[in-house]
Amino acid sequence: MRVSKYIKKWFPVFALPTTLAFTLAFLVPFAMGIWLSFTKFRTVSDAQWVGLSNYTTAFTENNDFLHALWFSVRFTVVSVVTVNVLAFALAMILTKAIKATNLFRAVFFLPNLIGGIVLGYVWQLLINGILGKLFQQDLTYSSAYGFWGLVVVTNWQMIGYMMVIYIAGIQNIPGDVIEAADIDGAGFWRRLVQVTIPMVASSITICVFLTLTNSLKLFDQNLALTAGAPGHETEGLSLNIFRTFYNVRNHQGVAQAKAVVFFVIVAAIAFVQLRATRSKEEEG
Amino acid sequence: MRQRDRTFRIVGFWSLLVLALLWLIPLVLVLMNSFKGNLFITSAPFEPPAADSFTGLANYSDGLGRTGFLKAFGYSAFITVFSVLVICVVTPMTAWYIARVKAWYTSTLYYLFVFSMIVPFDMVMFTMTKVANVTHLDNPVGIILLYTGFGAGLSVFIFVGFIRSIPIELEEAAMIDGASPWKVFFTIIFPVLRPTAVTVAILNAMWVWNDYRLPYLVIGTDYKTIPIAVQQYMTGSYGQKDMGGFMAMLVLSIIPIVVFYLIGQRHIIKGVTAGAVKG
Repeated sequence: MRVSKYIKKWFPVFALPTTLAFTLAFLVPFAMGIWLSFTKFRTVSDAQWVGLSNYTTAFTENNDFLHALWFSVRFTVVSVVTVNVLAFALAMILTKAIKATNLFRAVFFLPNLIGGIVLGYVWQLLINGILGKLFQQDLTYSSAYGFWGLVVVTNWQMIGYMMVIYIAGIQNIPGDVIEAADIDGAGFWRRLVQVTIPMVASSITICVFLTLTNSLKLFDQNLALTAGAPGHETEGLSLNIFRTFYNVRNHQGVAQAKAVVFFVIVAAIAFVQLRATRSKEEEG
Repeated sequence: MRQRDRTFRIVGFWSLLVLALLWLIPLVLVLMNSFKGNLFITSAPFEPPAADSFTGLANYSDGLGRTGFLKAFGYSAFITVFSVLVICVVTPMTAWYIARVKAWYTSTLYYLFVFSMIVPFDMVMFTMTKVANVTHLDNPVGIILLYTGFGAGLSVFIFVGFIRSIPIELEEAAMIDGASPWKVFFTIIFPVLRPTAVTVAILNAMWVWNDYRLPYLVIGTDYKTIPIAVQQYMTGSYGQKDMGGFMAMLVLSIIPIVVFYLIGQRHIIKGVTAGAVKG
């Protein structure tokens, strides 16, 4: 308490600089964003209250938003499953005292550091090369190419990261638990389902949440790999919101409404995740 | 060692080796094509440079001038270095204040910082750009302030978590001896925060260096960072794309990351995954 009193009046020195930057970059834009989603405007200062009409427009006008939402949901479900299963499998193998394990980890982790724009174009070269060789086609030919292309890119980028989290989780399992299961004569699958998976449940929660939100928020890779082609068919939520803001005339209010809907979805997922972690901690 | 374990290890090792090589194919492919002539890149991307297609370093020397890469590299480096420096100086100070001062406004501030971490960029990108224009932060110096503000959430959250685990007695003793809060922070707290600061620096550096939308919207017309330069090069002036120069550009934007990774691999893997606590 003494420390608290002693430094209390130093707010301007310690807390003000960050708070000021935070206010300008986040608090004000966030509040403005909520408000503008209920208005019609062109220059912000001329904003006119229109109630919920931006929201109804977002969901009814030419279906692009619902289409993007559906695309993002499908993409997210497939990515969450593939990334986590593969990352977990790699982590299982890499914790088995295999030669050069650190080198393997380093290689699998590397793509995570490369920005979405750059790696989107790197993969565009590779995927178009393959499609050209096999079918004389490219990524703009079919939305299935774009969808699975994005899934592959996302896997390539996120597996290494999730793998590291799973490795930490697996290494934290006490040795005697595994030994006990061994003595009981439990086979590989029984050990996996009854010992390993329950013991790394908290890592699974973290990884599922991370892949879920990152896949939903995907923007850079989407822009670089397909830019929505063919047409708007491979356009995810984030790209759709961006284009509504900057490419569709007089639709900033509608775009902001879409962004608020997107925020509510992400916040709901974060809330569920928080509840899940809390209840697990209370049990344990 | 049981026979089954040995077989597992041998099979495991060889399959991992194959997988690791596959993992690197996209990067190797771009590197390989950066030494080939324009026409050969789109028509035969998988063929290694041969006598007719090999162009030496021509893509690097000709292409780079046209793509404006060197300038972009400069802007990216400037913005990343200074944003990270500012974040690593001001957010630990704020975190200390929040962790040690018991008041309604410190807990409110803390929850606002945590809250900002779950808000997608889409939600604030338009209005943040407006604020930046009005307050004249739409230049490479001003954008550092925006990065500080938008990155504050995660950084303050990580620092507060760590500071709460430091026993308060040392600070109390120093204050009884008459040290000012300023001195207490920089002689006692700041040194202990060093490993955490490395984590925060790495997380923010990766974010700022690779970020596309914020610089594109705020300063993109006058100052193109690497992701912007790459993206605009690929979409601009259709039909005149210099694929060779573009390959060289991709290689050069990946090289700094690989070098950075080779130098601090352990710290980076630890630091980046420490961000997993986020949310």
